Amino acid sequence: MWELIRANKRRSLLLFVLMGIGLALLGFAIGYFVNPAGMGLDGVIIALLIWMILSLISYFNGSKILLSASHAKKVTPDVHPQLFNIVEEIKIASGLPAMPEIYIINEEAPNAFAAGRDPKHAVVAVTAGLLSRLNRDELQGVIAHEMAHIYNRDIRFMTLAGVMLGSIVLISEVFLRGMLYSGGGGRYRSGGSRDGQGQAIVMVLALLVAILVPVFAGMLYYSISRKREYLADATGVRFSRYPEGLASALEKISGAHIEMKSANKVTAPMYIALPFQKKKRAAAGLYSTHPPIAERIRILRSMQGAGYMNYQEAYRTVKGGQAGIIPGSGLKEAGDAGIRKAFDDRPGADEKTVKRNTGDLMMAVNSYTFIDCRCGLRIKVPPDYGRGNIDCPRCGARHSIEK
Amino acid sequence: MVPVLIILGIILILVIWLIAIFNALVRLRNQVKNAWSQIDVQLKRRHDLIPNLIETVKGYMKHERETLENITAYRSQAMEASSVGEKARAEGLLGGALGKLQIAVEAYPDLKANQNFLSLQEELTSTENKISFARQNYNDQVLFYNNKIQMFPSNIVAGMFSFTQEEFFELEDKAEKEVPKVSF
Repeated sequence: MWELIRANKRRSLLLFVLMGIGLALLGFAIGYFVNPAGMGLDGVIIALLIWMILSLISYFNGSKILLSASHAKKVTPDVHPQLFNIVEEIKIASGLPAMPEIYIINEEAPNAFAAGRDPKHAVVAVTAGLLSRLNRDELQGVIAHEMAHIYNRDIRFMTLAGVMLGSIVLISEVFLRGMLYSGGGGRYRSGGSRDGQGQAIVMVLALLVAILVPVFAGMLYYSISRKREYLADATGVRFSRYPEGLASALEKISGAHIEMKSANKVTAPMYIALPFQKKKRAAAGLYSTHPPIAERIRILRSMQGAGYMNYQEAYRTVKGGQAGIIPGSGLKEAGDAGIRKAFDDRPGADEKTVKRNTGDLMMAVNSYTFIDCRCGLRIKVPPDYGRGNIDCPRCGARHSIEK
Repeated sequence: MVPVLIILGIILILVIWLIAIFNALVRLRNQVKNAWSQIDVQLKRRHDLIPNLIETVKGYMKHERETLENITAYRSQAMEASSVGEKARAEGLLGGALGKLQIAVEAYPDLKANQNFLSLQEELTSTENKISFARQNYNDQVLFYNNKIQMFPSNIVAGMFSFTQEEFFELEDKAEKEVPKVSF
């Protein structure tokens, strides 16, 4: 399995080099246009500096930023013992060195993401809606997919690549706006005895670079992002040995049709499925971070086994052609594996129960106390409730509150 | 002078290469050991859960005496087993008996509503999963290690320092056989 990670690293290095060249080219073009005497070198240096600073910030604070943006709350095992059990199961299956921290997001939309710079500093976050909708096998499928991202070192890579893309977009946007407001960059000109025609050519070239580089860098980034999603599906299934779990979880996630309130364009690539509905045209296009969910489900359902080789075959069957998604060296090492039987085939709860469970879960996350009264009523006491006892609103029995 | 240097250079490269393969073999062997201890931890956890489980279900399950007795017997067999093969056999039987119990529970609605039993059941399910995942990981590690020992050129180094192949952890019980094993 190490071979697959190594192959991933080689591929990501190539992407970094390509995007880095794009960034340098952008810096060069703008630098040369603004200050021809510097031969574009100052532009390159400034572009690289911007990228390095943003990278450092996101490398050390990336998951913190992501977690606070999504209002995720760190939880202890007693809030949801099953979730902790499942994470530990997959940790064992994957042989990862440490348990990730576990967070719950106060959202009804079913979704999940993983974050962190390496397997020892990793985070898995799931929404309350996901926990109340999925059965054990489905939840295991989702957790296995998220931990596959940790295992394949996707998180650090996608964060750093995302920052690189962000720097490119930022620099070109600042430049293009500057051009727009200054009416063709006239105020940048040092008023020397330069040939007007030459200057115009440089300007057109700089404009072209500033427009095209972000487009190509974006396409590169999004295509890698989609590949990593497929790969995480394949790796996750290899851990859980149960493709149907993830397939039916994805079905429920896409069937819920609830948008996440706390997700935005920047955090979207981190989630297991797009947190909001896109316009149909864009969802299948070059600018999507996720492969179409229906296609992922079809691939998972046509798997004949749970190994990488089986995923590769299923991928080819569904997509047609001979293009592979998994690097050959990964296939050699751990290509084949059987599918296990279902542990949990209970159908999901109905919408009303889901809503109630989601609410209860969020109260547990926010450290409410639950008291079951003899009359059958469940009293939910908020953490800031001052007194030591409470009367049941239905039958009037008195209960003491243990902290 | 030059030929001597060339020969020395070749020897140096050979030594570095030898060290690299040796270290890779040691790393793989340690991974196998680590994976084995993972299985052990989970098997112990299952042994610890059983007395509590029996205590909880005893009062409800009047007609499953045999199954419960089997579980207790297999548990002590498994705890006493010394070799890998013996242990695998006893644990396989224990897993099978526990599976039977899980199915039998369906006939006792009172038991299924018992909060204590429900959390025990989740613990037991999770422990079963952990055992099968730990076994899966162990067999993967054994496979990588055995491959390295058999393949050229690392087989030479393995022979020199007597690295020996490890046993796979297979379960004997037929019902448990459905749980996947790695095969090439």
